[in-house]
Amino acid sequence: MAIKNQIKQSLIIAFWFMILTFPIMVIKVNTIQNTIYFRWANLLWVGIVTFFASMVWNYFLRRNEAQKKKEIDDDIPLIHRLLQNDRFRRPFLGLLAAFFIAYPFVFPMYHTSIMISALVYVMLGLGLNIVVGLAGLLDLGYVAFYAVGAYAYALLNLHFGLSFWVVLPMSALLGTLFGVMLGYPVLRLRGDYLAIVTLGFGEIIRIVLENWDDFSNGPRGIADIPPPSFFGHYFDQHNTMIYIYFIVIGLVLMTIFFVNRLENSKIGRAWIALRDDEIACQAMGIDKFKTKLTAFALGATWAAMGGVVFAAKTSYINPMSFTIWESITILCVVVIGGMGSAIGVIAGALVLILLPEYLRAVAEYRMLVFGALQVIVMVFKPDGLIKSVRKVYTFNVQEKTIHEQTHT
Amino acid sequence: MNKPILNVKNLTMNFGGLKALDDVSIAIEKGQIAALIGPNGAGKTTFFNCITGIYEPTNGIVEITPPGKNTQSLRGLKPNYVTERGIARTFQNIRLFHGMTVLENVMIGRHCRLSSGIIKAMLQPPSQKNEEQKAVTDSYEILEKIGLEQYVNDMAVNLPYGAQRRLEIARALATDPFLLLLDEPAAGMNPQETKELDDLILWLRDNENLTILLIEHDMKLVMSLSDWIHVVDYGKKIAEGTPADIKANSDVIKAYLGEDSDDA
Ligand SMILES: Nc1ncnc2c1ncn2[C@@H]1O[C@H](COP(=O)(O)OP(=O)(O)OP(=O)(O)O)[C@@H](O)[C@H]1O
Ligand SMILES: [Mg+2]
Repeated sequence: MAIKNQIKQSLIIAFWFMILTFPIMVIKVNTIQNTIYFRWANLLWVGIVTFFASMVWNYFLRRNEAQKKKEIDDDIPLIHRLLQNDRFRRPFLGLLAAFFIAYPFVFPMYHTSIMISALVYVMLGLGLNIVVGLAGLLDLGYVAFYAVGAYAYALLNLHFGLSFWVVLPMSALLGTLFGVMLGYPVLRLRGDYLAIVTLGFGEIIRIVLENWDDFSNGPRGIADIPPPSFFGHYFDQHNTMIYIYFIVIGLVLMTIFFVNRLENSKIGRAWIALRDDEIACQAMGIDKFKTKLTAFALGATWAAMGGVVFAAKTSYINPMSFTIWESITILCVVVIGGMGSAIGVIAGALVLILLPEYLRAVAEYRMLVFGALQVIVMVFKPDGLIKSVRKVYTFNVQEKTIHEQTHT
Repeated sequence: MNKPILNVKNLTMNFGGLKALDDVSIAIEKGQIAALIGPNGAGKTTFFNCITGIYEPTNGIVEITPPGKNTQSLRGLKPNYVTERGIARTFQNIRLFHGMTVLENVMIGRHCRLSSGIIKAMLQPPSQKNEEQKAVTDSYEILEKIGLEQYVNDMAVNLPYGAQRRLEIARALATDPFLLLLDEPAAGMNPQETKELDDLILWLRDNENLTILLIEHDMKLVMSLSDWIHVVDYGKKIAEGTPADIKANSDVIKAYLGEDSDDA
């Protein structure tokens, strides 16, 4: 019976798609000769392809559900099992390190440049993961803090000649400050309302940058932003790229280090508790507002640092780099990578930023394929590519000592 | 005479036109196991919510006198401050943190007794590490007391129902309370689990120096456990007394027979 229903459903879907795509796939208007062709063969193809695609889709969906029923939610992702296993952890991390160290020397500059972008997104993703993944605050204006960092470097350099290494820590503080300032009024709101208000704030920052000509040079943007110096020394273009690459690697490692510590601390647990149940969380003695504000501000800290690197790498910024789409992309990195999971977010950023670049081969269908992939991940892996795993404590009951076993 | 540990006077809570609580006064003495009973919708959970700061009562006085401390008012305090003052609670509809392990759920209870902030969390100086270690050991000890240590690293959602109810109690204990409010702790438990709960509550009173106020529909449990029982119906307090008094009280019998109560 199930099969019969399945076929019926797929037939309906196929028929619906034939109607939907009729205007673009079948009708072809030649405006010069004023004639209309009907390509009926296409109609047939659309029908057949949709029918089988729908069958396959349903098959996997069903299998996925059957699997979920079998095991109750405690399957640990492969990568976590690798990292937990002492025999594999060292070689695995060693290989990973070797790959990332060799990368800029093996591949041409273009690839290094793409990888830098991807790594900046790793930073942004890990920052937003604090806000969205851990604390459960849907922030659609995250790009505002990215812009704060980028413009902080561009402007402080332009007016006061401050260097990359001076502005980087300053931007972290500036990001935190902006996070507190923007967070203070909006964090009383919840869920959808918070999302809309943060979206508004993000746009306000962009519009201010676009229109306050004297301050930010308006839509023309700021050019000739210097790359980072190496103790006062500047490299040529190629080596600068490699230099920035290693700076970003360093920043990413620092981010992972701190975010991991935060996640498994008192404050990190409070974020997750807040996400899971606000009322119970307060009843456990946690200050809701303060906890939300720290998440928001810390997320902003990393966005601002990412912004400084971005400005130094591209050497030119304008408000168009900080649209709502940027916020959405970072959010996709977090959601598709795996909410609350640092490893997931790293994987998400690499896949989401690198994939479109390498999909240039399929040129015009690039975004279509990309979108389809995102939908597929969300349907079959709703927890994201690599879901989060909580810290495991082992107890030696006799001596009551604790051996911690961390993996992330 | 000693002041009651919790003293609620003329508490009223309106939801629009509905008087969920109407001029309710309840006093709980130190070391008591007190019960708050009443038919469904009588306002029992609302009473808890008003004390713990989840609702701001329309009217009335909520005072506590923690052991060895002065009397203070809880009116208008946010829930987290009420918890800090030493009142912990469980929820009728279990509200565990499902994204965390059993141990971490208990550690959340320790939160308000830990001092390390964000900077310390990032830099992890020895003081923070020790504190964190201690939080882990303390939480584990609480799990041992409650008898949940075999689940320590399981996700809270994967626990059997009875264990989830006990975990709520463990989590509440972790906040170092002097007064424990239990909202239908036996709901959904089988007779065996209910018996264990009975023992646990007595043990908590005797060994942890706790005063306990529980809402419960299981009359057998209430009658055997309680030193003192308060009865509410339609938001009004209709009786209080020892289990024997309450069993014989005609108002109470009328309230229960007039309604469709779960238990007899
Ligand atoms: N937030 C609220 N808004 C409006 N009405 C509410 C709210 N909370 C409770 N009530 C109403 O107040 C009354 C008392 O509810 P309460 O939950 O306190 O009952 P209860 O005694 O705990 O019942 P039960 O035994 O079913 O748990 C009910 O009529 C309920 O519908
Ligand atoms: Mg109730």
